Amino acid sequence: MRIPILKLHEYLLITIQVELDDQTALQFQEDLLNKIHDTGAKGVVIDLTSVDMIDSFIAKVLGDVVRMSKLMGAQVVLTGIQPAVAITLIDLGISMREVPTALDLEQGLDKLQLELEG
Amino acid sequence: MDIQSCVEVCNEWDIVSARQLGRNMAKELGFGNVDQARITTAISELARNIYLYAGSGKICLEPVEQMGRKGLRIIAVDNGPGIRDIRKVMEDGYTTSGGLGAGLPGVKRLMDEFTIDSTIDSGTEILATKWLR
Ligand SMILES: Nc1ncnc2c1ncn2[C@@H]1O[C@H](COP(=O)(O)OP(=O)(O)OP(=O)(O)O)[C@@H](O)[C@H]1O
Ligand SMILES: [Mg+2]
Repeated sequence: MRIPILKLHEYLLITIQVELDDQTALQFQEDLLNKIHDTGAKGVVIDLTSVDMIDSFIAKVLGDVVRMSKLMGAQVVLTGIQPAVAITLIDLGISMREVPTALDLEQGLDKLQLELEG
Repeated sequence: MDIQSCVEVCNEWDIVSARQLGRNMAKELGFGNVDQARITTAISELARNIYLYAGSGKICLEPVEQMGRKGLRIIAVDNGPGIRDIRKVMEDGYTTSGGLGAGLPGVKRLMDEFTIDSTIDSGTEILATKWLR
């Protein structure tokens, strides 16, 4: 299973709409880094609105992909984390402190725009 | 509905099957959105630990009833290497695999009751229960 990555101007948009198994998550990590490389994208929004569970493995993959993208010069924002998912992440002791987040896709794009201009 | 359902865990896709089973049972038992996510996440952590550290094992789920309370119990069993120092693996951040070390202490916080029974070279059994509120 491959997660589609859309390009919109200098941004990449990803909406995760499948149940994330480990393989799909790792493949996505690799695909995103390649896409950043190929397109020179400066900003990435990963929308998690349809994701109903994030365990420690998926949290690690997401945190890693944010840091890896940053190394390549692209800023990633995670959007749409569901209330139940936010609660379970805190129960797990995962704060995602250094990961930029926004309420929804629109605010995620705004956040990127501000950071890239500022 | 009062019988156990089990998923054999031997590969990464079995982790997904186990948590889907958990999501469905939790929903049927009447757990709310947040507790469904807690139960599903706990199952995912325990199933991945079985796959990573024991190679294979199984996750069983059973509805439980005690003193008028209803709940769901997760039973994670494997015949893997066992856990030498249970105190240590319950510390946040302790990992032998480069993970976050969030799994076991996390499951304890996600669920209401949690016990580990482990014997070196013979395996591990973890019970975790969530009660309906
Ligand atoms: N079923 C098991 N059999 C043997 N050892 C186990 C088992 N489950 C966990 N362990 C040991 O306990 C340690 C802690 O487990 P825990 O799930 O808390 O963290 P992790 O799996 O290392 O990382 P994370 O779950 O955050 O990805 C593991 O690194 C492993 O050494
Ligand atoms: Mg683990």
